[in-house]
Amino acid sequence: MTTADVLLFGLGAVAVGAGLLVVTTKHVVRAGLWLVVTLGATAGLYLVLTAELVAWVQVLLYVGAVVVLLLFAVMLTRAPIGVSYDLDRPGWPALLVGAGSGLGLGALLVDAYRWSTVDLPATGSAERLGTEIFRSWVLPFEVLSVLLLAALVGAIIVSRPDIGERR
Amino acid sequence: MHPVIPYVTAALLFGLGVYGVLRRRNAVLLLMSVELMLNAVNLVLVTADASVVGAHATGQVFALFVIVIAAAEVGVGLALVLQLYRLHRNIAVDTVALDDGSLDDEPVGVG
Repeated sequence: MTTADVLLFGLGAVAVGAGLLVVTTKHVVRAGLWLVVTLGATAGLYLVLTAELVAWVQVLLYVGAVVVLLLFAVMLTRAPIGVSYDLDRPGWPALLVGAGSGLGLGALLVDAYRWSTVDLPATGSAERLGTEIFRSWVLPFEVLSVLLLAALVGAIIVSRPDIGERR
Repeated sequence: MHPVIPYVTAALLFGLGVYGVLRRRNAVLLLMSVELMLNAVNLVLVTADASVVGAHATGQVFALFVIVIAAAEVGVGLALVLQLYRLHRNIAVDTVALDDGSLDDEPVGVG
C-alpha cells in the first residue's frame, strides 16, 4: 500500500458513504449537500489519478454549477425543509437492481484487475490535455458547443409558458 | 497504485445511482442519482486513462465531455421539473399521467 493507495481508498470510502446518504436521506436539501461531498471526494480521486484539469473542472462545473442548479430546483418546487416521508417508493426492487448492478460490476472489475499494480503517469497538465483536445477531438468539442446552445434554448422554451401555447 | 480501488469505488457509486433512480419519487432527487451514475462513469474513464499504458489522455478528454453533457442534461431536466411543478404542484414522478389527456385544459410549454 503506497500513499496513493491510501488516499484512493480513503477518498473512495468518503465518496461511497456520502453517495449512500444521497440516496437514503429523508431531507431533500441534505441530499444535495451530501452530493457535494461525493463530487468533491471524486475530484480528490481525480487529483490522485493525475487528472488535474478534470478535477478542477469537476469542482467548478459539478460542485459549483450543477449542485447550485439542483438546490435552486429544490427551493423553487417548495420542498419541505425538515424530514419528509414521501420521498421513496417501495424499496425491494430498487435494492435488488441497484445492489445487483453495483456488486456485479464490482466483482467483474475485481476479477479483471485482481491486485495488480500500475505506475501512475507523470502529472497531467492542462497543456497536455488541451493539446489532445484540439488535435484529436476538435469535431466532438465543437459539436458539444452546439449541444450546449441547443440545451440552453430548449430549457428557455420549456420554461416559458407563453411560447407555443395551445390555441 | 492498484487500479482496482478506484474501479470498485466507481462500480459501487454506479450501483447507488441505479438504486436512487429506482427508489426516489422526488424528481430532483432522481436527477441527483443520475448525477451519481454519470460521476461513476467519469471515474472509470479517468482511472482507465491513468492505468492503461499509451492512452494519450483520451480518458480525461472523454471525462470532460461527459461533464459538459451532464451540465446540459441537468439544465434541461430542471426546466422540465419546474414546468411539471407549475402544472401539477407536485413533482413525484409516479403521479405523472402518461397519457396527455389530463393536460388538455392547461397551457403547456411546448405545443
